[in-house]
Amino acid sequence: MDWTLWLELVIKALVLIFALLGGFAYLTWYERRLLARFQSRLGPNRAGPFGLLQPIADAVKLIFKEELTPAKAYKLVFFLAPIMTLVPSVIIAAVIPWGPPFQLGDRIVTQSIADINVGVLFLMSIASIAVYGIVLAGWSSNNKYAMLGGLRSAAQMISYELTLGLAFVVAILLGNSMNLTDIVEAQRDGRWFVLVQPVGALILWIATLAEVNRHPFDMPEAEQELTAGYHTEYSGMKFALFFMAEYQKMIVVSAILATLFFGGYLGPWVDRWPLLGPVYMFLKIVILLFIMIWVRATWPRIRYDRLMAFGWKVLLPLALAVVMITAVGILLAEINPWMIWLIPIFSLIAGAFASLMIDRSLRRKAYA
Amino acid sequence: MLLEYLAIAVLIVLATVVALIAIGLGGLFGPKKKTVNKSMPYESGMMPIGPGTRRMPVRYYLIGVLFILFDIEVVFFLPWAIVFRQLGWFGLIEMVVFVAILLVGYVYAWKKGALEWE
Repeated sequence: MDWTLWLELVIKALVLIFALLGGFAYLTWYERRLLARFQSRLGPNRAGPFGLLQPIADAVKLIFKEELTPAKAYKLVFFLAPIMTLVPSVIIAAVIPWGPPFQLGDRIVTQSIADINVGVLFLMSIASIAVYGIVLAGWSSNNKYAMLGGLRSAAQMISYELTLGLAFVVAILLGNSMNLTDIVEAQRDGRWFVLVQPVGALILWIATLAEVNRHPFDMPEAEQELTAGYHTEYSGMKFALFFMAEYQKMIVVSAILATLFFGGYLGPWVDRWPLLGPVYMFLKIVILLFIMIWVRATWPRIRYDRLMAFGWKVLLPLALAVVMITAVGILLAEINPWMIWLIPIFSLIAGAFASLMIDRSLRRKAYA
Repeated sequence: MLLEYLAIAVLIVLATVVALIAIGLGGLFGPKKKTVNKSMPYESGMMPIGPGTRRMPVRYYLIGVLFILFDIEVVFFLPWAIVFRQLGWFGLIEMVVFVAILLVGYVYAWKKGALEWE
């Protein structure tokens, strides 16, 4: 344990934290600009060139806002809940590899905080912990809206976590490892897992949308029903922490999706210049975030009973089927490598069947 | 190996410190003028009636119990997925049997209406 090692740990942790903070700030700008474009508006364009200083102006404004604690709130939990929401959204990014290791002086620096051998399990466990902050925020506010928002988010997040876990299993099966670097390396030469298992990637994407409470699954903070859901009573910087956690989670789940199914940091010439790794990750994350914002601009919020029914009756069986199809396909591919392409064919058939069943069940319920 | 977890511990500590600094900044610079009306629970301008935390629908407990059941299934999948290539067809058939038993429970819960939200 020499001091350079400590220095490396602290520097890497600070780089990750501030990268996520900056990412959060500019993601709000990116989202507002894009949403404005989708709605034929201009969006924030006054502060600095293209409105690029807008996030800083927002931050300064939030710092000078009054922080209220309701008289009947459970004070300690009310104070801790924003922190408990923010911290998991940062540490879940610890295991994501941002690029191949590179040489600095006489030491080899890995481009991830912790390259642990149970990386996927770590992702799953931290994703579960993220529920606590939101539920406790809803409960400690002692407010009906907040309580309902917290309950809804708890039920929604645990329901979609099953699907999330099964989608992770698909990636583990294909990569034959739980280590995220190994999973990325298994996708070398353009063999991205999304090509082998497109339905698995789609399921993971839907489940992560529900996990981070994004549109069209943003029931915990459905404005028209619950004013702001679990963070109704929060103001000032405590509210900012919830906001920060939500947007950092968006960035992190995009990074996870890119790592597990879209080749992670791999791209042309990444072996010669390892610092290209974060650049490729950045591009992939920006594209995935664009799709998330596009969905928000396009789709209406789905009703809560349908949300739960979709999670339990459609996604869970479909994810199980996809895991089984992947397993059979891998075993068949050991006999003949071309059999690996049976996986996408059969998965797409299963996905099409699931869509057909949704269509039929919705049609039957229509009131004539 | 332990070093990797130390790195995560450092990250947790630093992230907590950053969060505390953010809250501290707000407390330092924000105005503090408490009034009775401001510290009431927010209900869109209505006077709140009754307590804020009240009994919740039993549906949520049911979802919680179902989640525990199926999450154990997912957790059982993880070690299987790691050694899957060594186990081969034998492991696959074992897993199919396990999933089949679980599906019986799933179909039962569905037919009993545990997955309905009305």
